[in-house]
Amino acid sequence: MNYHWNWRIFWEPAPNGTGNYLDMLLSGLVLTIETAICAWIIALAFGAVVGVMRTLPSKTASSVGFAYVEFFRNMPLLVQLFIWFFVLPELLPHGSGLWLKQIPNAPFYTAAIGIGLFMSARVAEQTRAGINSLPRGQKLAATALGLTTAQAYRYVLLPMAFRIIMPPLTSEFLSTIKNTSVAITIGLIELTGEARAMQEFSFQVFEAFTGATVLYLLINVVVVIAMRFLERALAVPGYIGGK
Amino acid sequence: MIEISHVDKWYGAFQALKDCTTSVAKGEVVVVCGPSGSGKSTLIKCVNALEPFQNGQIVVDGIKLNDPKTDLPKLRARVGMVFQHFELFPHLKIIENLCLAQEKVLGRSHAEAVAKGSKLLDRVGLKDHARKYPAELSGGQQQRVAIARALAMDPIAMLFDEPTSALDPEMISEVLDVMVDLAREGMTMMVVTHEMGFASKVAHRVIFMDQGEIVEDALKTDFFGSPRSDRAQKFLSKILSH
Repeated sequence: MNYHWNWRIFWEPAPNGTGNYLDMLLSGLVLTIETAICAWIIALAFGAVVGVMRTLPSKTASSVGFAYVEFFRNMPLLVQLFIWFFVLPELLPHGSGLWLKQIPNAPFYTAAIGIGLFMSARVAEQTRAGINSLPRGQKLAATALGLTTAQAYRYVLLPMAFRIIMPPLTSEFLSTIKNTSVAITIGLIELTGEARAMQEFSFQVFEAFTGATVLYLLINVVVVIAMRFLERALAVPGYIGGK
Repeated sequence: MIEISHVDKWYGAFQALKDCTTSVAKGEVVVVCGPSGSGKSTLIKCVNALEPFQNGQIVVDGIKLNDPKTDLPKLRARVGMVFQHFELFPHLKIIENLCLAQEKVLGRSHAEAVAKGSKLLDRVGLKDHARKYPAELSGGQQQRVAIARALAMDPIAMLFDEPTSALDPEMISEVLDVMVDLAREGMTMMVVTHEMGFASKVAHRVIFMDQGEIVEDALKTDFFGSPRSDRAQKFLSKILSH
């Protein structure tokens, strides 16, 4: 293979005038982290609500939850982002469609919301599994003490359910971070986008994507360690994570 | 205190309760017994509106259960319930288990709830375990905490759903002792149990159920002395001679 290796490329000035190539990748990393955190907050909030809905005795609530989950998890993420970014503005009345197209940072908001909703379907299923894994008597005991359904979920069921699903939730958070790379297709220049730009400017394709890979690995390792600490801090004796 | 009249309950096509009628007066201790699957647990859960029923009426302290205007959480808060598998909340320390509903349902201050909880823990002999988690206690200790948790709500009546069935034999007596004390203090109690020793010691009446029906509802002495129905006789001979 006739390839000219140059690991020093990271310290060479980038043609976009913002510093060297490493700065370019790092600015992409920041955008990746921002997008992932916003998406994760949306995924957790919507996922928790929909997951709870699927365990409620109300038929309406559980069918709404069912429809939501199947809608968001059965379409490829890429297609969903295209729908939000390219199709939705055309479907809306002319005025609001135009407004939507002109929002500054539209790729960022679309990616955060689109990835957030896609991941929320998965979080919802984890939440439902966590709640259903608790003994039925827990809900009965909470109810028998006079707690309302909302209070029973808030103080009794969800604290244990979330502890139980902490390990799979860590995986979902990692997926969220990795899925932000799909946003390159709607013009979000995050880490993968910056790596591609670097390759196009410098022709050092292996260095560029090795750099991006190492940075992805680093944030994911940080997340894994942070979640371990959280798991340990919330451990309950006799249960998952506890002694 | 508790009036159960003509209650029917179905799980799909299966009829779990058939025209059940009985009552528990204030200060009375009623033991409900019968073979498994006879509907006794279902009946006691209906009294606390934990299970819906299709026909009939249950009135607790003058309040109709299947009246849509009844505030069920408020009513349940006034009736204590103890379960077969304790059902303590595993992520909360023992004292927090006792305080949760006092604060969230009755609106007591934290200090007030802790004081009440500590007093009751002392009463069931577990004062030193307040800061532990449920999984760090034995089954018998957990069940005594569960009784204390129910008592912390100042209930007008206590329901027990097979409180000793999940316990090792050597732990049964520590739980029964607490229940016997309660009964002697005049607590209104409805107890589903196979512990005939408990029944003969403190019960006023014994209800015998089979296949969703109340087959026999008799004073204790009558029930143990001369059960009227064949089914009750058979049941008694089986469990007293084992």
